[in-house]
Amino acid sequence: MSPETAILAALAIPAVGAALIVACGRVPNLRESVTLATAGLLLATVLALLPAVLGGARPAITLFNLLPGIPLAFRVEPLGMLFALVASGLWIVNSLYSIGYMRGNDEHNQTRFYACFALALAATMGIAFSANLLTLFGFYELLTLVTYPLVTHHGDAEARRGGRIYLGYLLATSIVFLLPAIVATWAFAGTLEFRPGGILGGAALSNAALGGLLALYMFGIGKAALMPVHRWLPAAMVAPTPVSALLHAVAVVKAGVFVVVKVIVYVFGPDTLAGVRAADWLPTVAGFTILAASIVALRADNLKRRLAYSTVSQLAYVVLAAALLVPLSLVGAVLHIATHAVGKITLFFAAGAIYTAAHKTEVSQLDGIGRRMPWTMGAFAIGALSLIGIPPAAGFFSKWYMVQGAVAAGHWVALAVLSASTLLNAAYFLPIVYGAFFRPERVAPAHDHGEAPAAAVAALLVTAAATLVLPFLGTWPLALARATVGP
Amino acid sequence: MISAHLPALQVVVPLLAAPLIVLARRGAAGWAIATAASFASLAIAIALFLQVRDTGMISYAIGSWPPPWGIEYRVDAVNSFVLVLVGALASVVAPYAWRSVAAEVPEDQHYLCYAMFCLVLAGLLGIAITGDAFNLFVFLEISSLASYVLIALGRDRRALLASYQYLVMGTIGATFYVIGVGLLYLMTGTLNLADLAARIGDVQGSRPVLAALAFITVGVCLKLALFPLHYWLPNAYAYSPSVVAAFLAGTATKVSIYVLLRFYFSVFGEAATFVALPMREIFLVLSLAAMFLASLAAVFQDNLKHMLAYSSVGQIGYITLGISLDNEAGLTGSMLHLFNHGITKSALFLLAGCFVFRLRSVQFADLAGVGRTMPLTTAGIVVGGLSLVGVPGMAGFVTKWYLVLGALDAGSWVIAFAPVVSSLIALWYVWRFVETAYFQEPSAAAAAAKEAPTVLLGPALLGAAACVYFGFDTSFTVGAASRAAEALLAGMR
Repeated sequence: MSPETAILAALAIPAVGAALIVACGRVPNLRESVTLATAGLLLATVLALLPAVLGGARPAITLFNLLPGIPLAFRVEPLGMLFALVASGLWIVNSLYSIGYMRGNDEHNQTRFYACFALALAATMGIAFSANLLTLFGFYELLTLVTYPLVTHHGDAEARRGGRIYLGYLLATSIVFLLPAIVATWAFAGTLEFRPGGILGGAALSNAALGGLLALYMFGIGKAALMPVHRWLPAAMVAPTPVSALLHAVAVVKAGVFVVVKVIVYVFGPDTLAGVRAADWLPTVAGFTILAASIVALRADNLKRRLAYSTVSQLAYVVLAAALLVPLSLVGAVLHIATHAVGKITLFFAAGAIYTAAHKTEVSQLDGIGRRMPWTMGAFAIGALSLIGIPPAAGFFSKWYMVQGAVAAGHWVALAVLSASTLLNAAYFLPIVYGAFFRPERVAPAHDHGEAPAAAVAALLVTAAATLVLPFLGTWPLALARATVGP
Repeated sequence: MISAHLPALQVVVPLLAAPLIVLARRGAAGWAIATAASFASLAIAIALFLQVRDTGMISYAIGSWPPPWGIEYRVDAVNSFVLVLVGALASVVAPYAWRSVAAEVPEDQHYLCYAMFCLVLAGLLGIAITGDAFNLFVFLEISSLASYVLIALGRDRRALLASYQYLVMGTIGATFYVIGVGLLYLMTGTLNLADLAARIGDVQGSRPVLAALAFITVGVCLKLALFPLHYWLPNAYAYSPSVVAAFLAGTATKVSIYVLLRFYFSVFGEAATFVALPMREIFLVLSLAAMFLASLAAVFQDNLKHMLAYSSVGQIGYITLGISLDNEAGLTGSMLHLFNHGITKSALFLLAGCFVFRLRSVQFADLAGVGRTMPLTTAGIVVGGLSLVGVPGMAGFVTKWYLVLGALDAGSWVIAFAPVVSSLIALWYVWRFVETAYFQEPSAAAAAAKEAPTVLLGPALLGAAACVYFGFDTSFTVGAASRAAEALLAGMR
């Protein structure tokens, strides 16, 4: 398969998979097999692109013009490669988990659920491989729309309310800020293509214009959940947990920070932004988001809400690191997209497993649960360690680069924020782990329970193991991150 | 050579179809003739469009009386695009009318309904194609009178009142227009639009010419339902038969906007229009008011057709916003939205007609939970609604792109934000429908409903598909719209 065909296949496979899932809706076993086969095929296709990209090639394909001079085009560069690999790789595990979770909880409308999930992956692949801002914007909006039925899956008043906030925030920010930013980029630069070094450098824009445009982008990319446009993420937690795990810890939110990094590296260009005083607010806002979201997480009793705010905080790490604009911090930003993904999905898997087995949703109910669910809580502990940034878990490595970047940039505030937030991360995760294993149960559960269904437990063990072994498995994430930053 | 007479045939075919239908006095024959006339109109419009695109402007002298003495039909980049829109929508609506009219109009009036449809079609095509200011008035009256009748055919007795309101407002509009034309004739001694454009330079800025500009503006804006002259529109669309609403919503106001563009840019000239009178400011303010206030009114309707009608008033604001920007990107946006909103809103009214066919109602209370029993219709409305919001991959997005670009070219960030913020209101009212149709428990009517027959659903979904198609393949729409904008800015000479 030529790399060009592989790009199209990566988009088509999940889309066709969604159609097949609908066609097989009446036979659940067949339907789930289709999901797993689609996920496997997608990963294989994305993996087929990896050697070429690592070798320095940038496979590209241009389809047709969406607007005069702006084609629907795809181009695989290292950052998109990494994002696509993370999303498609975790989709397999997540599908396995979904089967356990959805059957364990006897959820309704499962066909719609799996079909929308596959479509969300198609949109994610589109975002990852887009060659220009307009193509990217189209898939970005598509991702919002196809995940809406997943967020409102339960269909009750609470789900509707969550869905409104989700759709309202994401569409409003993208339509009101991101779209004008893209149109303005087109008006100023005459192109929307992602180019190493950026496209706005030659436009001779004033300091203030660049700063303003940056603000439109950063708040327009609502999926990156920079405060104050983060509220959709906790609202999205009304969705079934597999959705929270893959979409609201990996695909959707990572699409957000992915676009942030992409815009900074390929649209503005770090060198163009470096001298812009009007862009100095960004590290401050990101730093504030890191700390404020951590503090909210610390106070949240609902487990998924705590994880959601932890995600808001971790996403802001990526924005902060990208905003420092030095190569080391950019490598950290790119790596963090991958490392946070495996860690956070493990935590969500654990939260969902607890809900399925014990019907518990609050942190305060979790004392002593480690004895009933040792595998689940063990995996939770590993995920938590990764998020805090303790070696050898994956999270340590991305944080290491960020800290080095902050030192290289001489940005001491960023360094202080990173250290303080590490403490906060520990403060909101470790008590859960401690309580689960070392405190007695406060109240006996309504029914005697053990672990969640095997499929779910297997999935969370796989991601927990990946968190530990990923850094030692290969150098390709680092190689991709380095290739993103410079030749 | 018949092809030399295409400009005349464009109007003559539907115009002759009307008396033929009356002679036949049969609903079925009427439908067949009206549909054939619609298809013929589309074919002629496409032929003219291609001819203009390849060889430039066509001037056709009616009865071989040379202009400016005789009536001239004049097809250029601007109106050939409008002709295609009108022909295409007629060709989608006509097949749909077969079952929809049967369900919504008393049987003894079927043939009249089709005859009036042909007259509206002939009138609208005539307005678009003619190069003569008075001939334009005649066609304006033909289409208006016929549309009053069509609206009054609605089952609901309120349709009579709606038709009467429209009649009063429409007549005032037509009168204002003809007063304006009279003043122009007084000052220049000609009624031919191109000739007017050539002679108006000598009397430019004189008081009668400015008065003519004002009269024509108000008259035409009544017909195109520019806020706050839109009073007649919501009831006219809501209580008329579904086919009528679908056809008029996509064509009547759009053709009126074409008239405005023609007078502003081709006859008076861009400079005169925007320098001598504060037209730019007036249109900017009224467009913004339409985009926000009328759209907001759409949010609070409890009837789907009323919601769509108020949304139309809001969307017309987008088109006039492009006019007030007065640059190429802005005008391209206007011409694009003329087309894109035309197909979107027609598709939505056709889909609403499917609800009328099954549920006998488009009240939100009756539409509760209808997504379960009529999934295709509901999904079609969501698609059309997303096009109104302007989600990428939809026709409405392309428009918004050009309007924002036009505002940036005009150097105004504030105006650039207007279309995007207003589309959030569109999202709001569209999502009210989504939540009603998908999340509420089905109403008694909705629970018993099933999809409308294919002859209704087919054309309606074709319209929804067109919203998506023109969101991806923009070569036809953007090409035609930018050529039209260029032609408008170049003036008529």
